Amino acid sequence: MKNILKLFSVIILFCVSSANVISAEKVEYLKTDWTFKGLFGKFDRASLQRGYQVYTEVCAACHSMKYLSYRNLSEKGGPEFSVAQAKAIAASFEVTDGPNADGEMFQRPGKLSDKFVMPYENVKAAEAANGGAYPPDMSVLVKARGGGVDYIYSLLQGYEDAPSGMILDEGVHYNKYMYGNKIKMSAPLSDGIIEYTDGTNPSVEQMSKDVTTFLMWAAEPSLEARHQMGFKAIVYLIILTTLVYFSMKRIWSRVKSEV
Amino acid sequence: MSDHEYTPKSKAGKWFNDRLPLLTLANHLTDYPTPKNLNYWWTFGGILTFCLITQIVTGLTLAMHYIAHADMAFESVEHIMRDVNYGWLIRYIHANGASMFFLAVYIHIFRSLFYGSYKSPREIIWIIGIIIYLLMMAAAFMGYVLPWGQMSFWGATVITNLFSAIPLVGEGIVTWLWGGYSVDNPTLTRFFTLHYLIPFLILGLVVLHIWALHVPGNNNPVGIDIKKPSKDTVPFHPYIVIKDGFALLMFMIVFAFFVFYAPNILGHADNYIEANPLVTPAHIVPEWYLLPFYAILRSVPDKLLGVVAMLSAILILAVLPWLDTSKIRSAVFRPLYKQFYWILVADVLILGYMGAMPAEGLYLLIARVATAYYFLHFLVILPVLGLKEKTIPLPLSITEPVLGGSPNMAMAKKKESKIE
Repeated sequence: MKNILKLFSVIILFCVSSANVISAEKVEYLKTDWTFKGLFGKFDRASLQRGYQVYTEVCAACHSMKYLSYRNLSEKGGPEFSVAQAKAIAASFEVTDGPNADGEMFQRPGKLSDKFVMPYENVKAAEAANGGAYPPDMSVLVKARGGGVDYIYSLLQGYEDAPSGMILDEGVHYNKYMYGNKIKMSAPLSDGIIEYTDGTNPSVEQMSKDVTTFLMWAAEPSLEARHQMGFKAIVYLIILTTLVYFSMKRIWSRVKSEV
Repeated sequence: MSDHEYTPKSKAGKWFNDRLPLLTLANHLTDYPTPKNLNYWWTFGGILTFCLITQIVTGLTLAMHYIAHADMAFESVEHIMRDVNYGWLIRYIHANGASMFFLAVYIHIFRSLFYGSYKSPREIIWIIGIIIYLLMMAAAFMGYVLPWGQMSFWGATVITNLFSAIPLVGEGIVTWLWGGYSVDNPTLTRFFTLHYLIPFLILGLVVLHIWALHVPGNNNPVGIDIKKPSKDTVPFHPYIVIKDGFALLMFMIVFAFFVFYAPNILGHADNYIEANPLVTPAHIVPEWYLLPFYAILRSVPDKLLGVVAMLSAILILAVLPWLDTSKIRSAVFRPLYKQFYWILVADVLILGYMGAMPAEGLYLLIARVATAYYFLHFLVILPVLGLKEKTIPLPLSITEPVLGGSPNMAMAKKKESKIE
């Protein structure tokens, strides 16, 4: 058994150290208590719904979310809007469909099965409208940044006046968490920029937290299912391992050897 | 090989077995006499078989939903993650499974290095193992390209460009590999094809690996030849089966932790950005399991020599049975080798760390020293050590310690805690 523990500690030590190598980050990000972390982590439903509101009223003007569909908004483990609410949200967008029988493209209200409508026709159009910088698609944005949710959360609150001596070009802003500290996006949030339907105070901090939670779900819609299944799977494995351990002891007791 | 002749009990069984001796094979596998002092480092063979099968099964499932096209690959992976039932689970098992596979194979290789399992008469097992390891690296590299993220694209560009270091024909070879003038759709489709093929080649080699193992039988922590079957051995079933099973379950707990609670920690964030030939990532790094070799590649200032050094670092292992001149297998009885062994382990870990860091300043210097030491270990230390080292006397058998209770045996006991 001593050997097993030794083996186990080596493996864990190795995993931890390699994880450290990979996630080596120098900047201290702002911290907040994410409800979706940990063994039983779940999304805060109200925060997801508010986060969707921030996304759709602020971010969606420039940032697409092309891998999500309106139906996702009512699915389990997400913001869990009612189906009627999700339908209403979808219907509030104009979707280009077609060609119809006359060979014409036409506009119609969105349906649950539609993907989120994109703010620009294509990447070039998005660049043209944003001073040459493409506002990245937000579907998997949280997973595409080294610092993950902490990075996004900090970035949204990281706008400051540039330190003296730093010259910023036209349309470039200073952000203390951005790689290289220069960002083309102007500060997207300001206190009270939107009015939350549930009456929550729309402070920059609150909105940052809500929209980051929403982005986490968008990038990882199966997070809750994963945590739930993971706990069951690991408990099951531990019980089975224990049973097998005692069976092994029993079997090996027949020979004069240690196991 | 079992010495006794096996005859099936039933008439039908006998009829079948006379025509295709599958039952004899099954009997051989169950009765296979295994040294009873094998420790847990010996359970990784079984764990690796599990890893291979897991990768094949999850890989087949993913291939049913994945689209190997430069314009659709990234999207199809998101489709798997979002719309395919339990697609996220299958993909995370497959992606983390690759890391688990390499974790297990490194333990397996270093176990062999410690106990001298590569030495006569097991050289062929060892060489087949090295070929499997090479194929694993090829499969893992091409698999990492398939999601068509930024690291996929740029990793593929960097690695395939290494071939351009070959004098005269280098550029031509790279164009031929790419199927064009840059990494693009033709590259993706051929990588997908090869990624699908290689695991089955590995499977075939695993059969040969085990076949070659079953000729001399397992090495053991004491490293001496044992009579088979004898009281030094136990039948494979149930003794080794249950022990391997127990170790496998422990391994699966670690595996499950990654899949369910940290599925992206071993990957690179940039691979969630769709491939863009116009934007180069700040740091192009391979997956963790290739980092030591990446460090060796970068520590040589010349491109061609760097590639040669990297390939030699792997291929040198194939001639290891002849570089190690010591007749004693187990490091337990080689006090000096044991120390050099742990230095080598540290050296490889250092190389791995340096592979993840930018190749500049102190990092580069350390990587160069570590690279030099790596080759020094195999080319100088091992051959000389085998001739000079004063080894500890070997016991006569694993069950009967040296008469008079040799202190060496007590040491072996303490270290291995398997010898009764």
